[in-house]
Amino acid sequence: MSLPFIVFFACAFLAVLGALTLILAREPIHSALALILVMATLAVLYLLLGAEFIAAVQVIVYAGAIMVLFVFVIMLLNAGIEERTDFSKLAKYAGLPLGMFLILFLAHWMAHSLIGQQIANGVGGTNASVATRDLSAQLFQKYLFPFEATSILILIAILGALVLAKKDE
Amino acid sequence: MDFVTQHPVLVVSLAKIVGLMFLLMTTLAYLSWFERKVIAHIQSRWGPYYVGAHGLLQPLADGVKFLFKEDLTPPGADRFVYILAPMLALTLAMTTIALIPFGPPSVQWLGQSTLIVADSSIGLMFVFAITSMGVYGVALAGWSSNSKYPLLGGLRSSAQMISYEVSLTLAVVGVVLLTGTLNFNEMITSQSGYYLHFIPRWNVVPQIVGFLCYFMSAIAETNRAPFDLPEGETELVGGFHTEYSSFKFAMFFMAEYANMITVSCLATILFFGGWLSPFPDSWTVMRYLPPAGLLALAVYLAYDTVVLARGIARIQLVVVTTGALVIGLACLHPVVLTVLQGPFWFLLKVGLIMFFYVWTRATLPRLRYDQLMSFGWKFLLPVALVNLVITALVKVWPLLVNHG
Repeated sequence: MSLPFIVFFACAFLAVLGALTLILAREPIHSALALILVMATLAVLYLLLGAEFIAAVQVIVYAGAIMVLFVFVIMLLNAGIEERTDFSKLAKYAGLPLGMFLILFLAHWMAHSLIGQQIANGVGGTNASVATRDLSAQLFQKYLFPFEATSILILIAILGALVLAKKDE
Repeated sequence: MDFVTQHPVLVVSLAKIVGLMFLLMTTLAYLSWFERKVIAHIQSRWGPYYVGAHGLLQPLADGVKFLFKEDLTPPGADRFVYILAPMLALTLAMTTIALIPFGPPSVQWLGQSTLIVADSSIGLMFVFAITSMGVYGVALAGWSSNSKYPLLGGLRSSAQMISYEVSLTLAVVGVVLLTGTLNFNEMITSQSGYYLHFIPRWNVVPQIVGFLCYFMSAIAETNRAPFDLPEGETELVGGFHTEYSSFKFAMFFMAEYANMITVSCLATILFFGGWLSPFPDSWTVMRYLPPAGLLALAVYLAYDTVVLARGIARIQLVVVTTGALVIGLACLHPVVLTVLQGPFWFLLKVGLIMFFYVWTRATLPRLRYDQLMSFGWKFLLPVALVNLVITALVKVWPLLVNHG
């Protein structure tokens, strides 16, 4: 087994573990930490695919900014241990079979779809390393309008939050 | 030997990592000695003096003390997060050093460049990715201690680090615009050349505003005086690490120093030409500066041994003197001299910035929290933004003129 393969399976295992912990942990901070683990392992998976820039942005934006905000809010509110209700009857009996069905369906689809065939044959994916220069050229030339429109949208959202948060004087 | 020739990447990488770890740990230990000594002399004191000659064994004594102290966990603390926080802080702080180039990529062993562990095409982005995670160590330490002062310290420092990270990044984007790359080695080589044949063409000249913004944000980002609000002992007992003792406390301490090294290295690479020599190649005499410096140090140490030191310290000084003498003479060998040029200038620049750090700490009083926040958001951020816009305009000006 080659080294990238081992790294892939280690990261995939950690990502699944983190996702499960996120749902099952009772302390909000533990859930947040598990989500950070998922983000970080996803970044490593992007690296394995040769997408360095996306990997770095994934860590900066999600793990470094958004999750910091989550942790910050949880700390500020001093959120305690979550309360648990009994699971609904439907989830108790139908949950596991339906979940298994979904996983099997996805596996089936992956095995028979075009993308799945390509991955199995080793076409596409590997060696598709994207240079940051090309990425930025795409972003600032071909997709300039959607890019700028999104940034204005985010700016409006920030201003809205400011207006809402400002106390009446 | 077969294995080495078959797997050059693996062997060279492992060797680099082991060597760098050893050097980094030693540097972290001796930075505390350096800081105490410099502050002491600024305040007309001696500083560490009795453990070894000039207190040179003080870091060792401190390390032993940290290891053998009782390791307390406060009752009601979240054990897992409480242990995780210092580990996270130190690991993240030390990882970034892997992306720092200590010398030109032309220095090679088995076809691999030796003076950088990971020469990534987007090194700068990776450094920011890793340092942006650094908030967790502080925030989680404050939360998991189950005590109000650490919690307040953790909250303060998270807010501070998030705020100043914005101006830090914006200050650096100006350099990225100028050099047009995110790779550290390319950034450094783009700064070669001289104004008027002797003033180095470093980015600090056109980006002086950017550098000042970067340096101030970097001090806040690493929680150093005068922005060391997270550990303001007069207000918060000790800040986020109040409840930590023994080696866990030492890990926070080392993380702070490792972060200092990282931002100093970044400043050197981005604004001061990294491993480039400040002198033109035609001044060949300057190539002998590293061995000359070491030999001068050896001479001073020898004088010190004869005149000043007492008893057992004299034996230690003799060891250090011979060390400086032997290394200095070894540096005169032409191969060593060539390899050493890059690391020598790089480490000298980093050392000067570190000295500036300590100097600031010894000189300036701590800011109030609201002053800190308004300084970051209302002064530093706009200045960094204006700097960025002006740099961009200057960069595209020729294009605009040619089109018009």
